[in-house]
Amino acid sequence: MPSLKLPETAPNPRQPQPWSDHRLEVVLGNLLRTGVMLSAAVVVAGACVYLSRHAHEPANYRVFQGEPSEFRTIPGVIHSVINGRGRGLIQLGLLFLIATPIGRVAFSIVGFALERDWMYVGFTVIVLLVLLYSLLGSGIG
Amino acid sequence: MSVLDFTVVVALVSFAAGLLGSLTGLGGGVVLVPLLTILFHVDLRYAIGASLVSVIATSSGAAAAYVKEGFSNIRIGMFLEIATTFGALCGAFLATRIPTSALAVIFGFTLVYSAYLSRKPRPEAQRHLPPDPLATRLRMNGDFPDAGVMREYNVQHVPTGFGLMFGAGALSGLLGIGSGAVKVLAMDQAMRIPFKVSTTTSNFMIGVTAAASAGVYLSRGYVDPGLAMPVMLGVLAGSLLGTRILVKAETKSLRLVFSVVILVLGLQMLYKGFWGKI
Repeated sequence: MPSLKLPETAPNPRQPQPWSDHRLEVVLGNLLRTGVMLSAAVVVAGACVYLSRHAHEPANYRVFQGEPSEFRTIPGVIHSVINGRGRGLIQLGLLFLIATPIGRVAFSIVGFALERDWMYVGFTVIVLLVLLYSLLGSGIG
Repeated sequence: MSVLDFTVVVALVSFAAGLLGSLTGLGGGVVLVPLLTILFHVDLRYAIGASLVSVIATSSGAAAAYVKEGFSNIRIGMFLEIATTFGALCGAFLATRIPTSALAVIFGFTLVYSAYLSRKPRPEAQRHLPPDPLATRLRMNGDFPDAGVMREYNVQHVPTGFGLMFGAGALSGLLGIGSGAVKVLAMDQAMRIPFKVSTTTSNFMIGVTAAASAGVYLSRGYVDPGLAMPVMLGVLAGSLLGTRILVKAETKSLRLVFSVVILVLGLQMLYKGFWGKI
C-alpha cells in the first residue's frame, strides 16, 4: 500500500522532510520564548513604576468599569508610555505578549514556503488573517 | 486591601496555580478565574481578561521546552488553529454580549467537566490504525520517539476533530482559558493522536487561540494592567518552574488533589451563576 510509506522511503519534492519540520519548530519555540521574556521584562519595569506610585491606594476590582481608552488602544498605550505611566508600560508589555504568537504564525508562513508546502502556506495565511482581523477589527489599532 | 498587598497576594496565588497547572497538565487559567472572583471578589470580566493574557504567556513560555522533546506536530497544530482562532473570535464577541451570570454557569460546567475528564483513564494508545485518506492528504500523520524507537501514528476523524476544536476555541474566547479539556477530547479521543503528541501540540496552539480573542478583550477594557500584571508574571513563573521539575515529581496524587479543587471551584461557579451572585 503506497499510502503507508514514510516520507523518508518515498522521496518526493512536495513531501516535506521531517527534520526541517523539527528545525522549524525549534526556531519557533525560541522565538516564542524570546517574545515572552521580552514582554515579561517590560511588564516588570511597568510594575516597578506603578507600585512605587500607587502601592498604598486601595485595590478595587469588584465593580467592572472598563479600562480608560489610554489602556484600550495601541495609540493610547504608546501615548501613556511616553507620559511615563507605569500602567501604560505594563499594557505595552501585554501588547508584546499578544504579538508573540502572531509573530510565530507569520514566521511559520516563511517556514512552510521554504519547505515548498503551499497547502500549509495557505492554511497559515488564513490563521494570520483571522488574528489580524481580530486585533485590528476590534478597534485597538 | 492596598494595591501592594493585592499585587503580592494575587501573584502568589497565580504562581501556585501556574505551578500546579503545569505539573498536573490541567492548566492554570482554569482555576485562576474562579479563584480571583470567589476569593478576591474581582469582577468576572477583569478576571477573564487577566487569565487570557496569562494563558498566552504560559503557552509561549513552555513551547521552547516542549519543542526540544520533538513530540509536537506543527501541521496538525496549524490546521486545527484555523478552527480554534475562528472559534475564539466568535467566543470573544459572544462574551461581551451575554450576562456574567450566564458566563459563570458555562464556566462552572467547564470546570466540572474538566475535573471529570482528569479522573478518566486516557484512551488506549493507538497501534496500527489504517491511514485516513483525508489526514494523509493533509500530511498529518507522523511519528514520535517512544521508548527509544520512532513510533508512527495515523490521524483519524479529521472533520470531527476540526469541529470540536472550533468549540474549544469558542470556549477559550468566551472564558479566557486555554480549554485544554476540550482539546484533549478532540485530539486524543476523536483524532486518536498519541497523548504525548497531542499535549505538546495543544500547548503550541493555545497561545495562538488566545491571541485571537485578546484583541477583543483589550479593546473592550477587560484587561486591567494592575490585575493582569501579577497574574501574568505569577502564572508564567509557576508554570516555567513546573515544566522544569515535571520529570522528577510524582504527579498522581497531585492530580487527584487538583481535580478536587477544580470540581469544588466549578460547583461554586455554578452556584454563583444560578443564584446571580456574580
